[in-house]
Amino acid sequence: MFGWPRVSPRVLPGFGLTLGLTLLYWSLMVFLPVIALLMRAAGIAWDQLLQTITEPRVLAALGLSFGGAALAAALDTVFGFMVAWVLVRYRFPGRRLLDALIDLPFAMPTAVSGIALTSLYAPSGWIGQWLVPLGIEVAYTRLGVVIALMFIGLPFVVRTLQPALEQLDPELEEAAVCLGAGRWATLWRVILPTLRPALLTGFSLAFSRAVGEYGTIVFISGNLPMKTEIAPLLIVVKLEQYDYAGAAAIAVVMLVAALLLLTLIHRWQTGYSFLRA
Amino acid sequence: MSIEVRHISKTFGRFRVLRDVSLRVETGELVALLGPSGSGKTTLLRIIAGLEQPDPGSGAILFHDEDVADQRVGDRAVGFVFQHYALFRHMTVFENIAFGLRVRPRRLRPSPVQIRQRVEWLLHLMQLDFLADRYPHQLSGGQRQRVALARALAIEPKVLLLDEPFGSLDAKVRQELRGWLRRLHDEIKLTSLFVTHDQEEALELADRIVVMNEGKIEQIGTPDEVFHSPKTEFVACFLGQVNRFSGRLERGKVHFATFEWLAPPEAQEISCLANIFVRPHDLQVLVEPNGQPTLAARIDHIHSAGPKVRLELTADNGQKLLAEITQDQYRTKQLSVGSRVFLNPQNIKVFPLPSQEGGKG
Repeated sequence: MFGWPRVSPRVLPGFGLTLGLTLLYWSLMVFLPVIALLMRAAGIAWDQLLQTITEPRVLAALGLSFGGAALAAALDTVFGFMVAWVLVRYRFPGRRLLDALIDLPFAMPTAVSGIALTSLYAPSGWIGQWLVPLGIEVAYTRLGVVIALMFIGLPFVVRTLQPALEQLDPELEEAAVCLGAGRWATLWRVILPTLRPALLTGFSLAFSRAVGEYGTIVFISGNLPMKTEIAPLLIVVKLEQYDYAGAAAIAVVMLVAALLLLTLIHRWQTGYSFLRA
Repeated sequence: MSIEVRHISKTFGRFRVLRDVSLRVETGELVALLGPSGSGKTTLLRIIAGLEQPDPGSGAILFHDEDVADQRVGDRAVGFVFQHYALFRHMTVFENIAFGLRVRPRRLRPSPVQIRQRVEWLLHLMQLDFLADRYPHQLSGGQRQRVALARALAIEPKVLLLDEPFGSLDAKVRQELRGWLRRLHDEIKLTSLFVTHDQEEALELADRIVVMNEGKIEQIGTPDEVFHSPKTEFVACFLGQVNRFSGRLERGKVHFATFEWLAPPEAQEISCLANIFVRPHDLQVLVEPNGQPTLAARIDHIHSAGPKVRLELTADNGQKLLAEITQDQYRTKQLSVGSRVFLNPQNIKVFPLPSQEGGKG
């Protein structure tokens, strides 16, 4: 006979209720849309799917979306770590204000951020006018895409690292220093490995957000096919041409790729035995 | 290597944690810094390690008679064991112990083979051989403590500093580790200084005890000296329980309760109010008066579980007292709650009160 695994009684009952609600909520909010997408894609023949996603324009867009997101998330992890470190470790005037401003990219409409970034980095913009003479073009280039993705991803890293840093025992650093470790050795061998789970979580959140980002980028990238066109934009383009099958094909590829990558990161994150339950 | 602390003060904001502290630990000694929480003992330990800086211009720390003010923490060759061990949780026990050797500059770093040999020797010394590949969270408290100690010893420190080494262990493990640390110290003879708030621990382990209170050193001495000849009231009270009587010093005599004793030699000449301290085990308990002056009292409670039997008493003058007798005496005297007994101090400690009323006596 098959049956539900018995759950031993707890002080707080309600396993059945909470699991049921969780599954219901998750099904409605996540599972159903994904199923709808898969069903739409299932209507496409294999060769047509392959043909769609191997189009050079589609491959370029997917490459930019994933590559740009990975690069931006990696840079966000570096700078986010610094920001979180400063916010947690030091007390300085304006700290609370800075802390509050971190969330700004969360709250701003993406179009507003996109337009603001574009006007800053355009050849006539505040920053662009200094960069363009140096041969660095940001607006309407892939660099611009990465910068926009960094902008929206930073809060994820900072907010993930802050609590982890607050819990980081200062005695760990003192122990390392007593044992003769210099600053670099303490950072690389003690602090960063201890924070690895939080760093990876921050990275994967920033990455996930960046892969699907649309609003900010369409303004700064210029959307040149094969150059600065991102996959989500291509989906919109296909939809506007009533090519629902093509749009669904790209979407499924993105879904599967994102799922694979996040699973890999998660595996890596829980790789250390000290993290297992 | 000896450690010397000369006139060190430390202030945190407006709070004076250490006030002009001086002490010397000789090579190979095991010394306890004993005091209640907030007495500044941990701060003193951290200043010796270099983890805190003393107030500017307040004095010096000398290792082997050499000022270490300009030496960075890592250059002082100090083995520091933290209260909560501060083990690196992402490293195995082996890697934790090897850490101090692996981070050495290349020219000073032992070869991988030498590192392995040293770590294995330490694992063996600490009886941790079978735990080399475990992670800290897989260890018991006592095992973590030993890993922390092994890690500190790996760098061949000249001085070992331990902050409340047994603070977060349960009583039985604590007892075991105490004896074990004493044996280890006798074996490797490393100059060691440990902080504790547990007087039993200090009395049992240390060659000498530094008793601290409110940022000052109250007394430095062997366990015997601080226990039997406390220099201040604080030391007398902190090292074990005491009964305190208010009395008077007068013409070479001490008067308290119903008793008259000869004054201690150093207080022959003074006449003043004084506090008289009697340890519970120095209070003789009689079933009947023996002709000498005694203090009559009634037994309120009897705690007989333990090596000694402790009696809580109320004297006829209303004072609450504590006496300690052997299990043997307890059985032969057939005492019970409510019994009337007669007390006679066997040994007293007199502390003259530095008071303006001294002249009246």
